[in-house]
Amino acid sequence: MTTYNLLQNYWWLIMSVLGALLVFLLMVQGGQSMLIHYAKPDKRALLINSMGRKWELTYTTLVTFGGAFFASFPLFYSTSFGGAYWLWMLILFSFVIQAISYEYRSKPGNIYGSRFYDTLLLINGIVGPVLLGVAVATMFFGAEFTVTKSNILNVQGSSISQWGPKHGIEAIFYWKNLLFGVMVFFLARTLASLYFINNIDDDEVNASQRHQLLINAGVFVPLFLAVVVVILTSPGVGYDDSGNAQWVAYKYLHNFLAMWWALIILLIGVVMVLYGVIKTLMKGDYKQGIWPAGIGTILVVMTLFWVMGYNNTAYLPSLLDVQSSLTLRNS
Amino acid sequence: MEELINVVDWSRAQFALTAIYHWLFVPLTLGLGIIVAVMETIYLKTKSEKWLATTKFWMTIFGVNFAIGVATGIILEFEFGTNWSNYSWFVGDIFGAPLAVEGILAFFMESTFIAVMFFGWKKVSPKFHLAATWLTAIGASLSALWILVANAWMQYPTGCEFNPATMRNEMTSFAAVALSPMAISKFFHTVLSAWALGGVFVCGVCGWMMLKKRNMDHCWRSLKVGAWVGVIGIVLTMITGDTSAVTVAKYQPMKLAAMEGLYKGNHEQAIVAFGILNPSKQAFDDQDPYLFDISIPYGLSFLATHDFKAFVPGIEDIINGVSYDNEGNEINTVSYAERMERGKQLQEMLSQYSAAMNSGNTMLQDSLKNVINADFKHFGYAYLDKPEEAIPNVPLTFYTFHFMVTVGGYLLVFLLLALFFVYKPNILNKAKWAKWWHILAIITIPLTYLCSASGWIVAEVGRQPWTIQDLMPNKVAISDLSAGYVQTTFWIFAVVFTALLIADIGIICKQISKKSQTDLDTVND
Repeated sequence: MTTYNLLQNYWWLIMSVLGALLVFLLMVQGGQSMLIHYAKPDKRALLINSMGRKWELTYTTLVTFGGAFFASFPLFYSTSFGGAYWLWMLILFSFVIQAISYEYRSKPGNIYGSRFYDTLLLINGIVGPVLLGVAVATMFFGAEFTVTKSNILNVQGSSISQWGPKHGIEAIFYWKNLLFGVMVFFLARTLASLYFINNIDDDEVNASQRHQLLINAGVFVPLFLAVVVVILTSPGVGYDDSGNAQWVAYKYLHNFLAMWWALIILLIGVVMVLYGVIKTLMKGDYKQGIWPAGIGTILVVMTLFWVMGYNNTAYLPSLLDVQSSLTLRNS
Repeated sequence: MEELINVVDWSRAQFALTAIYHWLFVPLTLGLGIIVAVMETIYLKTKSEKWLATTKFWMTIFGVNFAIGVATGIILEFEFGTNWSNYSWFVGDIFGAPLAVEGILAFFMESTFIAVMFFGWKKVSPKFHLAATWLTAIGASLSALWILVANAWMQYPTGCEFNPATMRNEMTSFAAVALSPMAISKFFHTVLSAWALGGVFVCGVCGWMMLKKRNMDHCWRSLKVGAWVGVIGIVLTMITGDTSAVTVAKYQPMKLAAMEGLYKGNHEQAIVAFGILNPSKQAFDDQDPYLFDISIPYGLSFLATHDFKAFVPGIEDIINGVSYDNEGNEINTVSYAERMERGKQLQEMLSQYSAAMNSGNTMLQDSLKNVINADFKHFGYAYLDKPEEAIPNVPLTFYTFHFMVTVGGYLLVFLLLALFFVYKPNILNKAKWAKWWHILAIITIPLTYLCSASGWIVAEVGRQPWTIQDLMPNKVAISDLSAGYVQTTFWIFAVVFTALLIADIGIICKQISKKSQTDLDTVND
């Protein structure tokens, strides 16, 4: 393997770590989505104060994730961001309104009222995880784009990455992507419950969060299993040493079998998530569930990134022109 | 073609809107961060509760402003991908690296220590807290450093080589990118101007409180730090402004010519101190560029080169490829027409290179690559329809530059006077005109913001039509989007950011008003 190839793989490893951390930290968004369950201002304040010291970590991880993609895989940055315009813009808008809400909601002179900012947090709490999930899902299930690098020589100006006319709207409403997004949303809520149970010393919140954990984990686990089945049975794009790409049936299943160590890590991750959730539900005084579940989440997401990009796999398949699919080598 | 121009215009408008909104908050974060850190240092030295109260007062305002700076910043990073996708591909290897470094180092540093700064007063030792405050301020400056390095690279692309196989620029020297003269002058000029703005902000807020006769001791304490930081900031801004002018003259002569409305250059070139441009003036039409002007002899030659006799080329000279050394020898013979021709030849060679690559002709590839790299500085000119297309908006560049310089000069006087009053408070306390001084201090705040925004307009409008100087014009850099899409997001941004600005100003004003009515000589929380 050449040094350049090695570096491409290394950067994909970095992206997988950043992506995994981002998904774990989406527990902040999951927590925001739970504000709707609390009518009493003091209880809402408990939740918000608990998340108020963590939201910047999610935010900076997202910024770093974007910057790292820009630096290491610029063709993805230009193709996905410029192509799925509405998808990314909606994600960004939801994060803009989050950033100010924590600081402004309880400040005197807050002309829109604290309820307004709580609503913004709620919007970010729902839209953020679902749409980030959709964006990641396009990397498994493909998107409608083509790449023609020689377009840069067009003197009238022409983008090298061309996307379908709906510019990301179609990705949001594709059922596989949406399934993935909703799964991420319920994962975020599950992690948020575990985090609140660990972080907030209040009996009422503790009891309600254990109830929420049961519901959200109950929805998340079947959704996760469904997503895994869909991924393993979906075709992916593989490529040979000369860069020729083609659709391969059960590509991600093959990748797991070829990278058996990734499969083991995935299983360890799943067990850790289930352990964190089940032990918290079974033992009323157990509050440490966020740690095994959080680490488990990071492991699982990393393995998903690995099967998405390693083993000669295109990490953003093109549904319009398979040769345009983005790989670690060409992007 | 018309649609393309609309997309370019709306994409530019959107970036300008989001960048200017972001820049409303960033300089205050940079300036106030240093001021708060100095105040807390004094508190730790003196153990005076008064200094602690003053530190906390300004820290609260810093926090409100910081949040909106963060909120508006994320858009800019992702906008490169969403709206400028060709650009992202073309330079991601170079431009992405500083952004990634910013995210990994500076942003994490900021977000980690700002939590300690706000929530750690009773949880960590005073020294650790002070360290967190300084690291937050330094982290903010480091964030600015990497963004400005990235921006400077767009003004003066260096440390890279074009790879015809991938059709993109690849970094050859990170040090050359990070330490380019443009990056260094831009970083210091920008960050130090933020210190001046922070100082003016403190003076203005204290002016309002003194007008209301509230917490006078707190105001004098604040002014002592604010005025010093402001004076240091404005003096160094002027010095680095001089360095910036020399750098611009060397690497972006067209921008310098537009800043001065100079169409025909000369040796011993005068600088326009005040002028009104002739609105009907076009390049090569022989009309006088000014309706009215007051000029300082030799001024522009000295500003641009530190040599009173030097030749400074005007817009027409640059287009014609004419410049001279002090002995009158011609030193630039590449006209824009020729650069366009060479750019087109390069494009032809790149097509040949692609064909050679596909057919496996490595010998032809190697020979073409050498020629392409040697002439690559002309690459972007191939996209121009005519040489005049490379002239930036002269009136906007000219007026914003002169506004910036005029207000900068005023700020020097204002801040020096503020510092003088800090050490001679009785003069101000007894003066009948004190009220007008305080009002002036308040008015100076928005004036300084306008000055700061003008600086960015000069920097960015002055380099048009280039996204990357000489290599990529705007029309090639954009994403494959419809004008309607970009127009829609432009208006969404305009509404959201305006609403956020109103909220921000409302909260800051309320904080100042409310806290000014408490005793700021003691710690209240």
